[in-house]
Amino acid sequence: MDGAIETYSGWGRAHFATGPVAHPRTVREVDPGKPAFGNRRSYGDAPLNHGRAATDMTALDRIVAFDPVSGLLTVEAGATLGDLLRIYAPRGWKPAVVPGTGFATVGGAIGMDVHGKNYRDGAFGDHVTAITLLTPAGEREITPNSGAIWKATVGGLGQTGVITRATLQLAPCPGTAMLVTERRARDWKEHLEMLGSDAPYIVGWIDATATGAALGRGIVEEGQIVRGITPKAKAARTIPIDAPHMALNPAVVQAFNAAYYARVPKAGRSSVRTLETFFFPLDKIHDWNRLYGKRGFHQFQCVVPLDQADVLKQMLEKIAAAGVASPLAVLKRLGPGNGNFMSFPMEGWTLAVDMPNRPQVKPLARELERMTFEAGGRIYLAKDALAKGSSIRAMYPHHADWLDEVTKADPDGLYATDMVRRLELRS
Amino acid sequence: MSAETWIIVGATSGMAIPFTRLLAGRGAALVLAGRRMEDLSAMATDLTERGAVSATPVMFDARDPGTFDAILAAAKAAEGTLNAAVFVGSMPEQSAIDADPALVDGTIADSLTGPARLLTLLAPQFEDRGTGTIIGIGSVAGDRGRIGNYVYGAAKAGFATYLSGLRNRLGRSGVHVLTVKPGPVRTPMTQGMKMPFMAEADATAEDILKAADRKKNVLYTKRIWWPIMSVIRAIPEPIFKKMSV
Repeated sequence: MDGAIETYSGWGRAHFATGPVAHPRTVREVDPGKPAFGNRRSYGDAPLNHGRAATDMTALDRIVAFDPVSGLLTVEAGATLGDLLRIYAPRGWKPAVVPGTGFATVGGAIGMDVHGKNYRDGAFGDHVTAITLLTPAGEREITPNSGAIWKATVGGLGQTGVITRATLQLAPCPGTAMLVTERRARDWKEHLEMLGSDAPYIVGWIDATATGAALGRGIVEEGQIVRGITPKAKAARTIPIDAPHMALNPAVVQAFNAAYYARVPKAGRSSVRTLETFFFPLDKIHDWNRLYGKRGFHQFQCVVPLDQADVLKQMLEKIAAAGVASPLAVLKRLGPGNGNFMSFPMEGWTLAVDMPNRPQVKPLARELERMTFEAGGRIYLAKDALAKGSSIRAMYPHHADWLDEVTKADPDGLYATDMVRRLELRS
Repeated sequence: MSAETWIIVGATSGMAIPFTRLLAGRGAALVLAGRRMEDLSAMATDLTERGAVSATPVMFDARDPGTFDAILAAAKAAEGTLNAAVFVGSMPEQSAIDADPALVDGTIADSLTGPARLLTLLAPQFEDRGTGTIIGIGSVAGDRGRIGNYVYGAAKAGFATYLSGLRNRLGRSGVHVLTVKPGPVRTPMTQGMKMPFMAEADATAEDILKAADRKKNVLYTKRIWWPIMSVIRAIPEPIFKKMSV
């Protein structure tokens, strides 16, 4: 089953692909000979295969087995982390690490080795205990003891085979409410200090339009899971049309950011939210990516070593000066990396900034890419659509090991995607 | 013990899957009837994890009345309020039917005679219980015979008329019958087709359950199909026969 021709994009909607897309409902229907994608929450071209075939795995989203004693959960690759959180939190368990959207699938979270707001718990892949890979040679289960194939698969951009199911070690979840404390960080220095707190979950929103002494100002959110009553979840809303280009012009963004900052009282405040509102703040606004208009947008995300935090500050200066910053800019800590060959997380600070797709963004992204590399950091491939292959390959020191293993697992290059070709990761 | 039991006929259909998940979320007991037992048992595990009190796979083939007994037995054993939702149906391309008229029989068996025979067998049980809801899935295609798929449309029209009569009969004993007329829904059945006002299966399932809870008689989903079909039904035949809508 090849599927009809479709045109689809990543979350940023700046790049599109056209090609046959199959939508299997059972593992039997999965064609092992082409790359797979989930809900395409990666921003750039990672889930795209232009002019060639691909498999949409989202209908393969069944729970296969759960052990309520150990918290081991086996699911099909298309299961979303939001669903798993909703189903298991009331039963005392949760996915140990979740990214900023609950629409991310388990397969995608493995392929990108995603991280969350709890850096001490490592990356998503650190809590996966088994993965089933489907290739033309058949199905094969791998575990962390499988050696190089595991390290090439977790964070490996789907290049070692189609991930059809996985077993996750869920983490105990002591309640279904999140006690959230928001505080203003007045400048860069204060922001970094506050992000060093011992709260289990922590994330900083940065006003990327602020300059001078206010540079780095923002709101730091600390979260702790508690038992409690949460307000009833609000109904989801949908952005029905592409916003006009004007919607996110610099003046609007500046005004929005100022208001967003002032919203939190000087003394800070605490409130109780649902787990979903804390973990997936934008999921209730379906298709919010359309706010960036027809041309779409990019997200730049990098991580730099702890002692290189000043580089991020210089990046923010450049972004503010270019006048392309959007309301979405996030600063977080990341814990030590896990040694998977192409996994993004490494000990340091990570900065993520949305930027509308405008001509001046390309040279800016080049500059940010250079700064990242010189600081000894790396760019997150789940977000990337603009980087150069040579710099990416240099940022990921185990790229050659990954390539060796991927070539063994997929000698015919069946799983190459637009991103893999753009960055020449497999040539 | 669960407050409600739902028999889902055609449980692996694209529209039935999200519907069963909604029911699981509210703790229903589920009987999953369909042809592919392997898929049904995988689905049963999933639904139990999602909150269903129980989920039991049952073999069912709309074209083989010999398989209906298992559903009747499951209905008899059902705890709480008994309900049934019938999602079976098939939609071969009209051109395929034109080339092989024997396909007419299968299409009508899947969408009309099979489900009608099953519901007729189930009806006395509902009458005895004097409560519960039966949901039948018709189609906007049944509202008017169109050049593009009039055999499927004829089967769905027949099923809608059957449901209307069944509602008339069962209403007297306190049993509710809901006829659902979906427009195109994104499911494997409509894969790759470009159609107007395409609905997502999740949203359709929510609409159906809400309408069942509110004891609606006929539901057009999406809602836009009610005015559209009202207009299409009102077009005089001399004009309609020249149209390709």
